[in-house]
Amino acid sequence: MQHENWKGFKAGPWQDEINVRDFISRNYTEYTGDAAFLAGPTERTRDLFKKVEGLFDLERRFGGVLDIDTATVSSLTTFSPGYIDKENELIVGLQTNRPLKRGIAPFGGIRMARQACEAYGYKLSETIEDEFRFRTTHNDGVFRAYTDEMRLARKCHVITGLPDAYGRGRIIGDYRRVALYGVDRLIAEKKKDKAELDAQVFDTVNIRLDEELYKQISFLGFLKEMAAMYGYDISGPAKNAREAIQWTYFAYLGAIKEQNGAAMSLGRVATFFDIYIERDIAAGILTEEGAQELIDDFVLKLRCARHLRTPEYNELFGGDPMWITEAVGGMGEDGRTLVSRSSFRILNTLYTLGPAPEPNLTVLWSEALPEGFKRFCAKLSCDTDSIQYENDDLMRPIYGDDYAIACCVSAMKLGKQMQFFGARCNLAKLLLIAINGGYDISSGIHIGPQMEPLAGDKLDFDTVMARYDIYIAWLSRLYVNTMNVIHYMHDKYCYEKVQMALHDTDVERLMAFGVAGLSVVADSLSAIRYADVRPLRNERGYITDYEICGDFPKFGNDDDRVDLIAKDMTHRFITELRKTRTYRNAVHTLSVLTITSNVMYGKNTGATPDGRRAYEPFAPGANPMHNREENGALASLNSVAKLSYEDCRDGISNTFSITPEALGHDEGERVDNLVAILDGYFAKKAHHINVNVLNRETLMRAYEDPEAYPNLTIRVSGYAVNFHKLSREQQREVISRTFHEAV
Amino acid sequence: MSGLRVHSFQSLGTLDGPGVRYVVFLQGCPLRCGCCHNPDTWDPDGGTVYAPADILARAERFRTYFGREGGVTLSGGEPLLQAEAAADFFSLCHEAGIHTCLDTSGCLWGDACDRLLSVTDRVLLDIKYTEDALYRAHVGCSLAAPLAFLAKLSLRGIPTTLRQVIIPGKNDTKENILRLKDIAAAHPCVDGVELLPFRKICQVKYDRMGLAFPFADIPEPTKAQMDALRAYL
Repeated sequence: MQHENWKGFKAGPWQDEINVRDFISRNYTEYTGDAAFLAGPTERTRDLFKKVEGLFDLERRFGGVLDIDTATVSSLTTFSPGYIDKENELIVGLQTNRPLKRGIAPFGGIRMARQACEAYGYKLSETIEDEFRFRTTHNDGVFRAYTDEMRLARKCHVITGLPDAYGRGRIIGDYRRVALYGVDRLIAEKKKDKAELDAQVFDTVNIRLDEELYKQISFLGFLKEMAAMYGYDISGPAKNAREAIQWTYFAYLGAIKEQNGAAMSLGRVATFFDIYIERDIAAGILTEEGAQELIDDFVLKLRCARHLRTPEYNELFGGDPMWITEAVGGMGEDGRTLVSRSSFRILNTLYTLGPAPEPNLTVLWSEALPEGFKRFCAKLSCDTDSIQYENDDLMRPIYGDDYAIACCVSAMKLGKQMQFFGARCNLAKLLLIAINGGYDISSGIHIGPQMEPLAGDKLDFDTVMARYDIYIAWLSRLYVNTMNVIHYMHDKYCYEKVQMALHDTDVERLMAFGVAGLSVVADSLSAIRYADVRPLRNERGYITDYEICGDFPKFGNDDDRVDLIAKDMTHRFITELRKTRTYRNAVHTLSVLTITSNVMYGKNTGATPDGRRAYEPFAPGANPMHNREENGALASLNSVAKLSYEDCRDGISNTFSITPEALGHDEGERVDNLVAILDGYFAKKAHHINVNVLNRETLMRAYEDPEAYPNLTIRVSGYAVNFHKLSREQQREVISRTFHEAV
Repeated sequence: MSGLRVHSFQSLGTLDGPGVRYVVFLQGCPLRCGCCHNPDTWDPDGGTVYAPADILARAERFRTYFGREGGVTLSGGEPLLQAEAAADFFSLCHEAGIHTCLDTSGCLWGDACDRLLSVTDRVLLDIKYTEDALYRAHVGCSLAAPLAFLAKLSLRGIPTTLRQVIIPGKNDTKENILRLKDIAAAHPCVDGVELLPFRKICQVKYDRMGLAFPFADIPEPTKAQMDALRAYL
């Protein structure tokens, strides 16, 4: 197949089948130089940025939400076109008719939409309330099928943050397909798939897929309509860089208009755009300045993306995040780097438009990355605290070289894999429930197998482990079944029509489970094994606190005695999870990631045998507990690196904060040393790291005077936030974390 | 092979030698510098004894972070006090292909020191003052000792960084910096001079140990003062 807009591209299988990877591989130009070629922002970009900053400021003053359209259900064509500054925008399209105005997405759950409106002083319109009296939402469906035990587990917070009242997210459409092929070709391919399916036996599985294909095709049609409202015809392939970016953005915009998903990630677009940019530059119709301007404008749009969420949601996932995660860099399977000039350009937006949490720029790190790129990334970390790193050498052998990251750390092959998001289980609380024989101290709920609380003056390691295993097995089964209910209902009542239209029809599904409190549990078990842990009981005989005599190895000091306990815990848990069959035969995966929910998890968990006091925050993700590291930063990294990616395929998040002084004498040294640290950490087969190079004092000043630091961006667990958007409690927790300092 | 008496390990050192370094702080120091920020390393009988091979095994766990420039640094305390075992340790590092750096006052000299220097790739030499009287008053030895040590480094051609803690009222003068510069110029092994600001965060350690911090009343130098002094180098 040929198309005039593909002129100049090298031919290949990508022309006859939907295969963006093949197109990239044949047509991109690797870039191994440094950042010297980059251009700054143009006058136009600066003006537009100023307007957007003014809107951000206004939004802040309005308490975090600028405006809500309470009478329109957000979808692809329900809002008239919106602009920031119509005459001066290169890339157009907003979620609603006005910048930062939020739409309503009631299909995930009408209650959530209603509460979110009320939290910001609005009222959901009667018309929508009426309409949804006769509609089933995802949330309705889930609660029809939830068992009593599932409700209890949710109520006592042993499994929390489940996407049962809101959009599940974590699905990445291959938005590039729209630019490369145009919507008509994608519709034709889906119709072909549907025709093939129609010839098969119509059992439950095929009927469901058949209806899904109908929805996909129908929404691809709406996508064209949406673009047409902005004056663009996206039925055919994009013919230049500006169109390629615009088409891709329309596809992403369609997805976020339709879905209020927990994480709405972008994928891996920079090197794809680069092919069009290089072609235009070679043709003399684009300059470096013009290329940067296009990327800047695109990124500005992404920074304006918003979803309407409740304060309870923000308690779990603080900072109003969208997780517009873009994976940058990495290596190709043929040994060339996938770094292009546009990999630099998209990172450069942190300079042209200043530091910001979105898009969530995620560098796929490989030892073999070009030196110039490594140094540019390290410099960005030192200057902006806005990027994260994930191990390409670890993921590429599993996912190939065209995967992306959903949310924070979840890898998936673009357009070929999707994920059923499953929040996380509170491993520390589960340990306490096990010790008390099926009683949760903090909520007063009896749950799980019922037995006597552990007896004796001193906790015995083997006894505790045997007991813990029983409860892990029980919870694993409950957790998988709960997830099955949630995702059955989400598919049924809140299916991601645009995003799934941008996947292969025959898609591989992953079911992503998670754990919180891993370092608390590892330290608790280590204390029980290596020190004397004496349980303190209340008048009813339940263990409510612990007295610890003697020292014990603590996670974060590169001490195998405890680090291997942590590793073993994740292995036990995923092994148990795998024993229960998943909805649509999804592959079980596990993450060690908390976002900011480590604060909330701690708040719901009593005192633990590691000496952590009741209701104190956990460490985020896979981090060691605060201030228990005694051998410096690298020992802490080594401990986390021991967790196995084999067991934790959904990612292992580590957040690393270091003062500039501890990283080197001057900028050159800091950059060199950070590159060495990243190379060293990933050579240990570690998976992920957030890097913050800053002083605690800066955060304390921002805590006292948030107005003065509107753009202070920091990495938390797996994403970045504006510090001022965190709750006071979350801010305090961030300040209390370990900062590796110069000695 | 005797053991090394260790105060503590720091897995990420970026200020004590080139690149990313695994720093071993040794226990025991005969000097009593008024500005010392590690009084807890003085006691030669404190700390924990480790076999050089065990310390190497610990350092090896961080090898992937060393990059092209990094390695291990022996600091203290005063490593020269344990020159014998320190030499054993550095020899093992060399056998393993790891860069070695010695952070020292250069105030001692003993039999094993020659052997230690033969397996040392870089020295960070702390020249505390450039006047003998100040050395005698605030360190407890003469200026001649570190200078003699420096002469040996030059003879061996071991790349050396001179370091000095700037203490207001003691050595925060242009004259002192120029003398330090002269010392550097007179020794071809010196390829850098680093001025460090006097800091008082160690006060808590003195308090905890029930010791008086001799320089408790001296203010920390300002960044402007430091910049001005650095400009003379």
